[in-house]
Amino acid sequence: MGNVLVFVEERDGEIAPTSREALGAARTFAAGVGCQVEAIVLRAEAAPRPIEAPGADVLLCVTHPTLANICPEAALAVVESVVRQREPAAIVFTYDAVGLDLASGLAMRADRPLLSHVIGFAVQAGQIEARSQAYGGKAIVESRAAFPVVLTLMPGAFKEAAGRAAPEIVELEPPERLDRLRTEFVAETRQDTSGFDLTVAEKVVCIGRGAADESTLALARGLAATLGAEIAGSRPIVDKGWLPKERQVGKSGRKIKPKLYLALGVSGAPEHLEGMSGAELIVAVNTDPSAPIFGVAHYGATVDLGAFAIALGAALKAGA
Amino acid sequence: MNVLVALRLVPDVSGEIEITEDEKDIDREWLDLRLNEFDDYALEEAILLKERGDAKVTAIAIAGDGVERMLQSALARGADEAVKIAWEGDAPPSSRTAARLFAAGARDLSADLVLTGVLSSEETYGQLAPFVAAALDWPCVSSVNEVRVRAGVCEVVQELSGGATATIRMATPAVAGMQTASRPVRYVSGSKLREAAGRNIPTLQLSVEAADERAERLRVSLPDSSQRANLLPSDVNAAAAALRQILTEHGLWKA
Repeated sequence: MGNVLVFVEERDGEIAPTSREALGAARTFAAGVGCQVEAIVLRAEAAPRPIEAPGADVLLCVTHPTLANICPEAALAVVESVVRQREPAAIVFTYDAVGLDLASGLAMRADRPLLSHVIGFAVQAGQIEARSQAYGGKAIVESRAAFPVVLTLMPGAFKEAAGRAAPEIVELEPPERLDRLRTEFVAETRQDTSGFDLTVAEKVVCIGRGAADESTLALARGLAATLGAEIAGSRPIVDKGWLPKERQVGKSGRKIKPKLYLALGVSGAPEHLEGMSGAELIVAVNTDPSAPIFGVAHYGATVDLGAFAIALGAALKAGA
Repeated sequence: MNVLVALRLVPDVSGEIEITEDEKDIDREWLDLRLNEFDDYALEEAILLKERGDAKVTAIAIAGDGVERMLQSALARGADEAVKIAWEGDAPPSSRTAARLFAAGARDLSADLVLTGVLSSEETYGQLAPFVAAALDWPCVSSVNEVRVRAGVCEVVQELSGGATATIRMATPAVAGMQTASRPVRYVSGSKLREAAGRNIPTLQLSVEAADERAERLRVSLPDSSQRANLLPSDVNAAAAALRQILTEHGLWKA
């Protein structure tokens, strides 16, 4: 039986919060089958100190100049090489841009089962049963797969591992494929934080796909103004060009924790929930009672969002 | 540059969904099929490349209910050609077989770049773009929101968490999984759609070895509803009044 391997993403010398959760999930896996947790760390140059990777028994470090920046092809070459050498029972990724490329690429190239969007699992005698989110969070799919298996985990579904003693550090040779890559990192752009910053807003009114047209957006803007809230949008609204990117909430937008989050016509896809489920008071309005947003909202209304925006605006002003 | 756009129909789950009696699937009987949202972005980005003079665009899909009409719509949107891949199976192909079919299509049509959606709502057992890339041994970048082509070299912008992006240069042939397009998806007039509705969609016969999902689906269920929101009254004015009271109690509104 091999160990469980976790692909760890490092940003600015810290491991990503989702990687901490993956290490926590890996500890659960390791406890279930009686194995160790190994973390793969990619480096451009030997680091002055090992990164903090709570939950890892072993840090597998691969060092090569091409690993200085994000390059899915390079990371996949390293992961494949490590998997060949270590023969793990499971390889764990998180659901993000890098994880999507690596998990599916590895599963297809190494002909291993892949369970995506995992929110829970149980392990037993050489196999895993996992629960995955599907259909935008509206259904749960339970599946069984034999080891060795590849997993991608949903952010927020697993607890971070508690701190452990210093892990063993193992330096692995970089694969030769890194010297003949067909892709090349050009530049990275961080979100511009010099202008508008949604993360500091205490109240946010977020409009979603349920808004039929821009007149509904205007109603939401009016309500936000009355409430003293900032207007925000889910991904489809920003993709349509109705709101600028800095007002997008979710995985690839802003992650916010306002005191009030009023979601109007937002279905609550997992990628959206990742950006707002930490808000103190969440109120959702959606005509679909099965919308996943009601799973995280404290209060909900299954009424027309335009009519509700008008009614709430009037109710607030009437009592002012 | 030959750009192949892999398109998929998925059930429209924007309303309430139900589970089949055997608990193996969602009940599809009353669900419409729609073009996978992210594939729609892939098609838009491909057409934007064509309009800049950088691409010939072929839309491709695996044959099935509604696929011909979807491909005709792709022609109306601006794709140069559209083809469907023959599929005779009783059930839709597994995600791995589908990837092999699209990969074989990419080879057959001499594609330089394959674009498809980063995800579909049905991909529990793997994502199409990296699967196709692995089947072809081509490089792949997922979560892409812009594709640029210069002198046979492709640059993609990959969305990272928290609004950061990475620009990555890929030698072609290559695959990209599109998260969104660099511009909103265009509107297509009814007359263009009607004109395209008569277009013949040729069929591509491809031979690939079928591959199962490598995992067994045990059960499909609806999420636990015990932790759902407290519902406000169904009358819109009563709901608004109730929320005003709640906001006041939380100190979020001062009367």
